[in-house]
Amino acid sequence: MFHIYCPHCCEYREEEEFHAAGQSHIARPLDPDACTDKEWGEFMYFRANPRGIHHELWVHAAGCRKYFNVTRDTQTYEINEVYKVGEQPTVVANAIQSK
Amino acid sequence: MTQKNRLQDGGRIDRSKALTFTYNGKKYTGFEGDTLASALLANGVDIIGRSFKYSRPRGIVAAGAEEPNAIMQVGATEATQIPNVRATQQSLYGGLVAGSTNGWPSVDNDMMGLVGKVGGKMMPPGFYYKTFMYPKSMWETYESFIRKAAGLGRAPKENDPDIYDKMNQHCDVIIVGAGPAGLAAALTAARAGARVIIADEQNEFGGSLLSSTELLDGKPAAEWVADVVKELSTYDDVLMLPNSQVNGYHDHNFLTIQQHCTDQFADRAPNGQVAQRYHRVRAKWVVLATGAHERPLVYGNNDVPGCMVANAVSTYINRYGVVPGKNLVLMTSNNNAYRTALDWHDAGRNVVAIVDSRKNPQGTFVDAARERGISIMVGSGVIEAHGSKRVTGVSIAPLNDAGDAVVGPIIKMAADTVASSGGWSPVIHLSCHTGSRPVWNDDILGFVPGTTYQKQLTAGAINGSFTTEQALAEGVSAAADALTHLGMTKKDVVLPKAETIEEGKAMALFHIPHTKPTSKAPKQFVDYQNDVTASGIELACREGFESIEHVKRYTAMGFGTDQGKLGNINGMAIAAKMLNQTIPQTGTTIFRPNYTPVTFGAIAGRDCGALFDPERYTAMHAWHVERGAKFEDVGQWKRPWYYPQGNETMQQALDRECLATRKSVGILDASTLGKIDIQGKDAREFLGRVYTNAWAKLPVGKCRYGLMCGEDGMVFDDGVTSCLAENHFLMTTTSGGAARVLSWLEIYHQTEWPELEVFFTSVTDHWSTMTISGPNSRKLLEKLTDYDVSKENMAFMDWKPMTVAGVPARVFRISFTGELSFEINVQANYGMHVWKALFEHGEEFNLTPYGTETMHILRAEKGFIIAGQDTDGSVHPFDLGMSWAVSMQKPFSFIGKRGMQREDCVRENRKQLVGLKTIDPKAVLPEGAQGVLDPKAPIPMPMVGHVTSSYWSANLNRSVAMGFVKGGLDKMGERVFYPLADGRVIEAEICSPVFLDPKGERQNV
Amino acid sequence: MSDVTVAESKLVTKQLPEADIVGESPLHHADLASVSQHGPKEGGVYFHERKLQGLLTLRCVPSAEQLSQIESLLGAALPMEPLTSVTTDAVSIRWISPDEWLIIVAGEQAFDLETRFYESMTGHYSLVNISGGTTIFDVSGSQVVNMLKKSTPVDLHPREFPVGKVVSTVFAKSGVTICRLEDDKYELVVRRSFADYLWLWIQDASREYGLVVKA
Repeated sequence: MFHIYCPHCCEYREEEEFHAAGQSHIARPLDPDACTDKEWGEFMYFRANPRGIHHELWVHAAGCRKYFNVTRDTQTYEINEVYKVGEQPTVVANAIQSK
Repeated sequence: MTQKNRLQDGGRIDRSKALTFTYNGKKYTGFEGDTLASALLANGVDIIGRSFKYSRPRGIVAAGAEEPNAIMQVGATEATQIPNVRATQQSLYGGLVAGSTNGWPSVDNDMMGLVGKVGGKMMPPGFYYKTFMYPKSMWETYESFIRKAAGLGRAPKENDPDIYDKMNQHCDVIIVGAGPAGLAAALTAARAGARVIIADEQNEFGGSLLSSTELLDGKPAAEWVADVVKELSTYDDVLMLPNSQVNGYHDHNFLTIQQHCTDQFADRAPNGQVAQRYHRVRAKWVVLATGAHERPLVYGNNDVPGCMVANAVSTYINRYGVVPGKNLVLMTSNNNAYRTALDWHDAGRNVVAIVDSRKNPQGTFVDAARERGISIMVGSGVIEAHGSKRVTGVSIAPLNDAGDAVVGPIIKMAADTVASSGGWSPVIHLSCHTGSRPVWNDDILGFVPGTTYQKQLTAGAINGSFTTEQALAEGVSAAADALTHLGMTKKDVVLPKAETIEEGKAMALFHIPHTKPTSKAPKQFVDYQNDVTASGIELACREGFESIEHVKRYTAMGFGTDQGKLGNINGMAIAAKMLNQTIPQTGTTIFRPNYTPVTFGAIAGRDCGALFDPERYTAMHAWHVERGAKFEDVGQWKRPWYYPQGNETMQQALDRECLATRKSVGILDASTLGKIDIQGKDAREFLGRVYTNAWAKLPVGKCRYGLMCGEDGMVFDDGVTSCLAENHFLMTTTSGGAARVLSWLEIYHQTEWPELEVFFTSVTDHWSTMTISGPNSRKLLEKLTDYDVSKENMAFMDWKPMTVAGVPARVFRISFTGELSFEINVQANYGMHVWKALFEHGEEFNLTPYGTETMHILRAEKGFIIAGQDTDGSVHPFDLGMSWAVSMQKPFSFIGKRGMQREDCVRENRKQLVGLKTIDPKAVLPEGAQGVLDPKAPIPMPMVGHVTSSYWSANLNRSVAMGFVKGGLDKMGERVFYPLADGRVIEAEICSPVFLDPKGERQNV
Repeated sequence: MSDVTVAESKLVTKQLPEADIVGESPLHHADLASVSQHGPKEGGVYFHERKLQGLLTLRCVPSAEQLSQIESLLGAALPMEPLTSVTTDAVSIRWISPDEWLIIVAGEQAFDLETRFYESMTGHYSLVNISGGTTIFDVSGSQVVNMLKKSTPVDLHPREFPVGKVVSTVFAKSGVTICRLEDDKYELVVRRSFADYLWLWIQDASREYGLVVKA
């Protein structure tokens, strides 16, 4: 049971108020029709599964209903930061770890 | 009934309050303040169960949560049965009924005992593992045998009448354990004004202080405990939870506590009161002051009743006034356990000998024993206990310096009790629950908590700080650390002065050698509950298991409800020795929640019965109930399924509802449809992106059907959206899909297209929606409105604002039945009024209420799909033959467009939705039936698709069905066969799914 | 004022009938009036359905101009701080999200408010009448916090949840918006279709403290 800081409500709430919505920063291609099947398949189905730092999209489903990003360590379950949609994370895995 | 082992005075029991209880069918008496275990020992009950695998008689060995044997079935009635209750943790109350979990037909005369004697050979370690590797049929043979023999407790067969509930708690500091460290921490935190929760598994706070003869400030320690408890109870922000086991420590300082509220005092909770409460705690800081469990030593026949952990014996004497025997042999590797011999001696019973593995023990307690003239045999060990149902004597032998070989002659001595101590193991279970690995501490010969990512502090014996003085000091400093982190100011806490005790050096000893090799020696138990022996662990190592996690699984050590509380360290030490490693090299298995078994009642809480899941009702629900509707669950909604009259069967009711609707007029409560208000100048653009069809030109006052797809191009919802004003739309969704669709719109708006000016608001509950459908629906509506609802003024797919039965309404001329239909929407507080008004005027038209089943039949006659029934996430609009609902020309690449153009989506021979006309018109295909093109093909036959919707149509006097067939849209008129489980093969012709009124003349009038 | 305003941008319709037709709140079937008459008068938890109110959802990312328009329309400034609220005799405003507020007025005033918004508000916003889909439970009493602690994971300690704070959260297996009105009085805004379930839940959770229904 995570304790998650909602960057819109500006306080910690219980995990049961939130839903996870997959990996963050997966932008929909601006011109889907121009994508090859491979490119489209990567957008649709391929996701990172890191041991360590991971950026996830969550929604405060029972609260303000806003989506936001969570940087979370998949090994310790520590939440390193939360940040709004459109913003970039400040905590990132170093290149070696992410490989 | 005499309590032959009860002392005349002393202990924290109230001898003026005798309590009668029943154990294994026999009545006994104990006192208020007893646990079930102390009362049984007071009454001289030696055997409290039979062992799991070997069916050996077992007695009580411990006094707390670590008790492995005294696992009871408690409950006076069938409905109040609770399995897996530790007798050591169950407070005694008058009328308590308990029984042994293991033992068939009885613990004293166990038929399995015979099997046990030979069973050792039959069920070696790895039994389960090896059995599973053999044919499954063999396992089934063994299983019934084992289950019957083992008797792992049983659930009640009747509903538990008691209330179990849950409560969410928040605090600055939670303190787990109310011994000296926990109480000192709580006092420190409370005085600083922190929000504190302190929980302890025992019925009273005080922990070890309640069962020792220690003095604080020269007074009995219990007096200090009472003072602290009194002070804590004066703080509003301190929640004290006795009888409460902290069972789980989860991520981000979330802890779960099972509080025994009334089940410690009565078989059933007094009316309205809560039997058990499950606290879900979010703590800013956690202080673990969980103490330590004393380790027994592993020696031959160490499971004979009368073999106990040393400190448990002291607890029974000091806290409960029970001396569980007459003649004690104490075996120890440390000074601390000498206290047990002193307590025994001071209670006026005979200490046969203290057997100390060390050559030259020295210190406060050793001196005290010598002063009392107690015989101390140094450099020796009890290599074997004698007796079967109770210890009758021991064999004692000199040991070498390492303690791993017998080096001299055996001396036999008579005794009825063997207390042993191999030192103390910190209770690190909770700290391990979050994944933290414990670390070995050589000074205390035990594991202590390792690094953690939780906001966790520890104090007292959990750190290996075993003296009361250390515990008190660490309690204060842990709380002070928490306060600093919380930005709070510590106030003064003056600690009482504990006695100074000189402890000598303990010896690292776990397994007492025997004159025979371990494999041939009498059984030396490591894990009593799972019947794991020293030779079993050695066998596992010999068979090649090198990882302690594998040894655990091979032998079952620390399995189940036991979680290795007493046995784990001894087991690891034995494995380490076999593997020529140190204990830290061998490592430890990890402890997982729950610490002790939790009742299902506590886990379920109030989420049972009528409160199990929300039932959502429409504004007309009471009418449906009164009308005798049968209900169908649609998501959490209760929707009328059909309305039987008199003795009608379901099919008769459906036939009547279907015929009445097509003949005159029927009415459906459609309030559960999801409704989303969409406003903003980009609303139209947004609709064009999320629906597959075009929205740019939908005029105000018009409605349009739309399909919604995922990015993969697969249909996931559908519905009608109406243009209320140029920048204002009302979207409808399926009843089950409402929340999902709203989230879908929001995630795209918030993450992909925040630049679009549009807002979405759910209005599902705001509008009551009732659909009148059938040739007379217009006539009926005209009775209730002055508005011109003629075809000329209100065409098909128009919506109009009007007043219906005096209530402002929005009426949509849309149809899911293919009939002339009006969907009347009114503010839900007036839904019932309008619904009833329709019936007041509906009699002359035989207005017939119909439910979801008739709705399904009527739409199936028309070939209309239901998203989720005729789609399953793997079909795109073209598969459904709904290319008319897709506009590939829209400038924006709408959601699903790219997906439905993938190679797999445009290939030949995809499964496509078609009508299925059975050759025998009376035959109704079962939904889900798989079609084949050649019913004579060898099995497995190539399957071409399944039936998605199938009904008996009273209007057509034949069955109607839809289903998927590979390449079906090009196979019109061809045959497909449905072999059924009962041997029938139903033959059907592939046809258009529109069985009725293909030109749409009925709805367009 | 016309009953129906179908205009270029958005539709505003009157939704209430003439006064002789009485609305049925979501707990109408529970007949709370007679429960309050015949039930207990003392207890740890008090329950009252504040029914047939005018409730509206305002969605907006307000510009300075819109803020002042809204303030003059509502007679109170929009609470912009997360989780805050404004309560006056005439109107209650609850922060729901950075671009969403719940507005509570007397039942018959919802249409009037919608109309006035339509007439004078500029820019992008939406104001949606949700009166029929929503009701309000007022719960109070010396044990009300314990009842709530069985129902919602939100921290209700006065230090964390002062009077005036508002949160949307999980409540049993449904969701509600909770506003603390007084020290021991809370407003629960609930969805119509879940009202019966929540009423059952509250009765159950209040049982050990004694539940008093107030008409």
